[in-house]
Amino acid sequence: MLLHYSLIDFQNSGPVKKKKTDKTLVEPESNSRREFLFKMAFGSAGLVTSPYIKITERDTLDDKAVFIASQKISVTLTVNKQIHTIEIDTRTTLLDLLRENMAMNGTKKGCDRGQCGACTLLLNGHRVNSCLILAASCQHAEVTTIEGLEGKDGLHPMQKAFIKHDAFQCGYCTPGQICSAIGLIHEGHTTSDADIQEGMSGNICRCGAYQNIVAAIREVRSNG
Amino acid sequence: MAKIILMEPFSFFKAKDDQTAIKTLSEEKKGRYLAGSTNLVDLMRRHVETPSLLVDINDLNLKKIEFTGNKLRIGALVTNSDLAYHKDVVKYFPVLSQAILSGASPQIRNMATTGGNILQRTRCPYFYDTAFPCNKREPGSGCSAINGYNRMHAVLGTSDQCIATHPSDMCVAMIALDAVIRVRGESGSRDILFKDFHLEPGNAPDKENVLKHGELIEAVEIPSLPFAKKSAYIKVRDRTSFEFALASAAVALDINNGMIKSARIGMGGIATKPWRAEKAEQVLAGKKFDEKILEEAATTEMSEAKPHKHNEFKIALAKRTLVRALKKVGGLHE
Repeated sequence: MLLHYSLIDFQNSGPVKKKKTDKTLVEPESNSRREFLFKMAFGSAGLVTSPYIKITERDTLDDKAVFIASQKISVTLTVNKQIHTIEIDTRTTLLDLLRENMAMNGTKKGCDRGQCGACTLLLNGHRVNSCLILAASCQHAEVTTIEGLEGKDGLHPMQKAFIKHDAFQCGYCTPGQICSAIGLIHEGHTTSDADIQEGMSGNICRCGAYQNIVAAIREVRSNG
Repeated sequence: MAKIILMEPFSFFKAKDDQTAIKTLSEEKKGRYLAGSTNLVDLMRRHVETPSLLVDINDLNLKKIEFTGNKLRIGALVTNSDLAYHKDVVKYFPVLSQAILSGASPQIRNMATTGGNILQRTRCPYFYDTAFPCNKREPGSGCSAINGYNRMHAVLGTSDQCIATHPSDMCVAMIALDAVIRVRGESGSRDILFKDFHLEPGNAPDKENVLKHGELIEAVEIPSLPFAKKSAYIKVRDRTSFEFALASAAVALDINNGMIKSARIGMGGIATKPWRAEKAEQVLAGKKFDEKILEEAATTEMSEAKPHKHNEFKIALAKRTLVRALKKVGGLHE
């Protein structure tokens, strides 16, 4: 059976380059051929409890297939003032926890390596890149995402300022920009436009709405 | 469903005290400490790092900055942001504050810790890409950078096994300030001079520092240095912000009546480890502060630089960066 699965995986992997440890990891996509084959192989047998399966040795096609099952962990954290307890794979990032496990798609995935800032949210009051944070390390943490900014008086002042100053075009980077801007104002290093620009350097906007983003932040800062 | 790039599976342990953390990690050979996670998680997602266990140390009591007058003690879990904006750091060690703020982005600095910054890995693209041979990632597989695209690579402290640059800005200031790293292992604590902590690649590029497995960085201590109030960090890079250094210089000068009593110099972006420019310091000591001696110091420091195909420019750039930093601190404006 195990060997059978490894064969299925190889059909989905790239060409074999060399005989050494291979890092191909597979997450079955919804309704994909892979998931279909996966179910064919294991679905009824109940051999595997997790969709996350790893093949550690690429040269094991012939003999020794090795599988390491994923590790699960329970995490309790507060997201937008609501407490959640959820069992997750230890490899889950905070970003994926929100988007994939909790269906909160407001926080965006851009580069997934801490370079673009699209996934910026507020963790215990500080702006961070949620793509680089393991959800497992967020035990009892307090998370605020774009979905949690609205208050009794409607949109957060930063959201209103972004709309007023037309501080976006496609909008994909906007949740990250707004969370980052709120973090920046809170940090308090926004004396000049140059400070704002430097302070927002962790958020990329490929539409190039930078001037309007700076204008929006300047306004919120001035209004205290 | 969005694409999720998975890491290899690992166990996760959140440590509540130092001793448990050290014991737990010491028992797991392929384990790693997890602090700010900015570098490690990225490397795990790219399968460059594949730990079997993560010992999360974020709950440990290592988050204090204390300035007692004769030394600055920085807990290993103090974030880069908290350190850079700390009032005593800004006032008494401006070079450290400036160096930290010149690195990464605000979000990363809010996450990244002092200990993690010291232990961060190189950003050599061949190290990051598991399709390429790399002696640092896989000892004995070869170096892709030496005959590859090596514009960002090191010119000092290299070997025929590895020319990867140490990426930290913070470390460049710390090495100039004679910092000491306090580490704790199962058999007790020890102090390591910053300049002895990182290793040049030599024949073992995978061995980057003198830490033993399981040892935990507890704090960095910087001895009081009155003239460090007069210090600066200059970083030259391809973009104005959020970019690694092509060349950088951390400088503190003790000048009296135009005479240099003593100089402390660190250099970054050009070497395989945070670089203490001792040769330049020796040239400057006891000399009159003028442009000629600054040039001589920079030239002497870079005399053993070994360029590769695309990074020869770094030698001239590093000299100019150092001269500019010395001029800035010494009050000689261009």
